[in-house]
Amino acid sequence: MVQKRGIGRTLFVAFNYTFLLAISVLCLLPLIHVLSVSFSSSAAAMGGLVKLWPVQFTPNAYEYVLKKPEFLTALWITLKRVVLGVSISMFLTILTAYPLAKEKSKFKWRTMYAWLLVLTMLFNGGLIPWYMTIKSLGMLDSIWALVLPGAVPVFNVILLLNFYRGLPKELEESAFMDGAGHWTTLWRIYAPLSLPALATIGLFTIVSHWNSWFDGLILMNSPENYPLQSYLRTIIVGQDLTMLTSTDLSLLQDLSEQTVKTAQIFLGALPIILVYPFLQRFFIKGIVMGSVKG
Amino acid sequence: MTFKKWRHELPLHFMLLPALVLLAVFSYWPMVGIVIAFQKFYPNKGFFGSEWVGLDNFLYVYHLPGISQIVFNTIFIAVMKIIAGLVVPITVALLLNEMARERIKRMIQTLIYLPHFLSWVILGGVLIDVLSLKGILNQFLGWLGMDPVYFLGDNHWFPYVLVATDTWKDFGFGTIVYLAALTGIDQSLYEAAEIDGASRWRQTLNITIPGILPVVVLMTTLSLGNVLNAGFDQVFNLYSPQVYESGDIIDTFVYRIGLIDAQYSVATAVGLFKSVVSLVLISSSYLLAYRFAGYRIF
Repeated sequence: MVQKRGIGRTLFVAFNYTFLLAISVLCLLPLIHVLSVSFSSSAAAMGGLVKLWPVQFTPNAYEYVLKKPEFLTALWITLKRVVLGVSISMFLTILTAYPLAKEKSKFKWRTMYAWLLVLTMLFNGGLIPWYMTIKSLGMLDSIWALVLPGAVPVFNVILLLNFYRGLPKELEESAFMDGAGHWTTLWRIYAPLSLPALATIGLFTIVSHWNSWFDGLILMNSPENYPLQSYLRTIIVGQDLTMLTSTDLSLLQDLSEQTVKTAQIFLGALPIILVYPFLQRFFIKGIVMGSVKG
Repeated sequence: MTFKKWRHELPLHFMLLPALVLLAVFSYWPMVGIVIAFQKFYPNKGFFGSEWVGLDNFLYVYHLPGISQIVFNTIFIAVMKIIAGLVVPITVALLLNEMARERIKRMIQTLIYLPHFLSWVILGGVLIDVLSLKGILNQFLGWLGMDPVYFLGDNHWFPYVLVATDTWKDFGFGTIVYLAALTGIDQSLYEAAEIDGASRWRQTLNITIPGILPVVVLMTTLSLGNVLNAGFDQVFNLYSPQVYESGDIIDTFVYRIGLIDAQYSVATAVGLFKSVVSLVLISSSYLLAYRFAGYRIF
């Protein structure tokens, strides 16, 4: 079956491998650079000597950051919002998708409810009315402001309801026959069977909570309530409220703003890089399920 | 009978209740709050306590000197992103499809999907460092004998830097949809073409491209809804006053006049304008997709 390949094809294959490898390296290089700067000595980092490998390797920046109270507080707030936000969102997604997955003949209100959800994806009140609503509820500076406003991820509900619909109808019918109600059917049959879809949605929700920064920035008045990404933004745009003091510098030699900043950036990205292999196993299915469905 | 049916349905309503309450508070109540676009709004008086001023806020914005530039920036950046966001992923997906070695292909996929999952805060931090005057990219340009470019501070460069970095972040993730469409092409078509002696190039032109065309058309149609979405997260983390002229977009403008200058009503009016136009765009793109591709979200 192997045909003789023309010179054109050979050239194309060589070009293709080179090009694709080059662009994939390009996706990684900036991160490697930042990682290298964070592990370099202060002088090398400030002098712009670091390329893609640490110069005068030192973990000092990390030692400093991991003891920095502002960083740890922000990390703790992010962990709280991830745990609270993901559990509430997942519970609501499982619960909301079930009635909406019913046939119209079985649940005639379905269409109306579905539109009520979808409408919130198509139109919104805009930044200011949204902010004013949360403010008038007295939620500014509270962890709930980071969790509740986005607690119903409508897109995920649609993903899951499409998954529910793919499950055989007989399962539900036999459960009803045995006297089970909707509640039992949902938690005993639908939820366990949709674990792959739930894993996808769960990982996406974790990532989106970890990455959220804008809500923290505007809904938290005092910076000590910032989640990690909002805190990182303040140091990146150079408004670091906790500049290195002379005592810091004497505590740990060879420390510069540059290395401390890059160390924090890398730590902010690290959890994503760690869950990424698991994420990758699921998300391809999820995105295809969501965007090109028959 | 009807009572029994009603009792059977009741739990379904209860299951929807928590989500509906949350949406009512955090999505629908803010929609009611749009009324402040037609008021001279004072925050402590609530959505209905302030003086009504009709269309004054809209007229005020309409006469602002910089507003047409902001609308232009938004559309210019968004349209370039839409085009790059279609062309680059389709090209890369086609090239990946020509790759015979599964392991290298999977490794490349792993690497190019990664930036999609990092926030613009992280990537902003990385890019500000990499693109700065003394940054690694300018060192490279200097090594090639070129003058350094202030990528994030020069109005000529900034919009293109936005498009390039946005494409860099998301092109890999964008390939997924097309790769899925590529695996859906009937393999026997290629075998038949092979027997007829068609070259790989002819196979690509006559089998592969027509095979993914429906998905390409669908994605193009759906992307029309983004004509006013130039990407707040990205612009907000990369711009600075030097590049407001070329980089300020509707969303960043709303943020600054609304939350920094506290001109709540004016910001809401601008936001409303954007929401309405976006609603029309998204609805029509979905309607088109439904009409011509049978696409439905649920």
